[in-house]
Amino acid sequence: MTTGLRYVYAVCRPFGTPLQAELRGVGGAPPALLHHHGLVAVVSTVPEADFCEEALKAHLEDLDWLAATARAHQGVVDALTTVTTPLPLRLATVFRDDSAVRMMIEAREEDFGRLLDRLHGRVEWGVKVYLEPEPEPAEPEPAATARPASGRDYLRRRRQQSHAQEEKWQQAERFARSLHERLAERAENFRMHPPQNSALSKVPGRNVLNAAYLVPRAHSEEFVELVDRTKDEAPGIRVELTGPWAAYSFSGEESGAEPSVESGEGR
Amino acid sequence: MTVVERREVALVDLLDRLLAGGVVITGDITLRIADVDLVRIDLNALISSVNQQVPSPFEELL
Repeated sequence: MTTGLRYVYAVCRPFGTPLQAELRGVGGAPPALLHHHGLVAVVSTVPEADFCEEALKAHLEDLDWLAATARAHQGVVDALTTVTTPLPLRLATVFRDDSAVRMMIEAREEDFGRLLDRLHGRVEWGVKVYLEPEPEPAEPEPAATARPASGRDYLRRRRQQSHAQEEKWQQAERFARSLHERLAERAENFRMHPPQNSALSKVPGRNVLNAAYLVPRAHSEEFVELVDRTKDEAPGIRVELTGPWAAYSFSGEESGAEPSVESGEGR
Repeated sequence: MTVVERREVALVDLLDRLLAGGVVITGDITLRIADVDLVRIDLNALISSVNQQVPSPFEELL
């Protein structure tokens, strides 16, 4: 006998538009709307064999499984953002059955209401700054490729190189900080993610800023233009924009009225 | 070229949000994976699995 669990993608306020009929969630099952206490949980059935605690732990270390699940989760949340402002749940939030989902809604009703109010009509934009890799190793002197004459020459050259590298790194950090200040001014909130590892992201360069900004939909165009204008400001530095995302980075636990913004680098 | 490019969403960007963001719901007794710090544990696992296939030229960043 196969049993199913309830995978929850997001919680929303009731919305009039039906989900696209062809929309599929994790594992290919169509998402459904579970109305309760004036809220809607967007759920689908997933096999218990894949989502019980043990299986899940193993799966989460399987890159292909994780990628497929993350993309399916995002697909549903993305579809929701076209019709409402969803409150996205963390990947792989699973309940035993509908009644457990209802109980969860009742237990978190106030949190959900407060977060949905705060996020209503807002989207998240991701901005990353990279220090571009050097096309050639920094060798200012033409003779530099020759064998160093002495150990002392060698050490001096190494010192110059690492000094030049350090200089570029600092430049990139300064640029990132100034860009962040400008963007934060236009955003209602921001969140710093840890810089991405290039082995995982497979993009060139060193990631010096990986930030998310909460922006009202109505001001998004302006925000995007602001990012766009910075692209030629600093040579050797690349700016990447992603979004609009559902407000994943702003749905975390935040007790009290003031969202926590102290993570990451200072302003 | 413009900064704004429409491409497929990169997996890392997705994981930044889906593993570190989103509402965390504990309270379901049967499945409490929210207790696990997924981001650190699993991204590290992923990075090492990626590294086995493609050696990273940026070892010093890890």
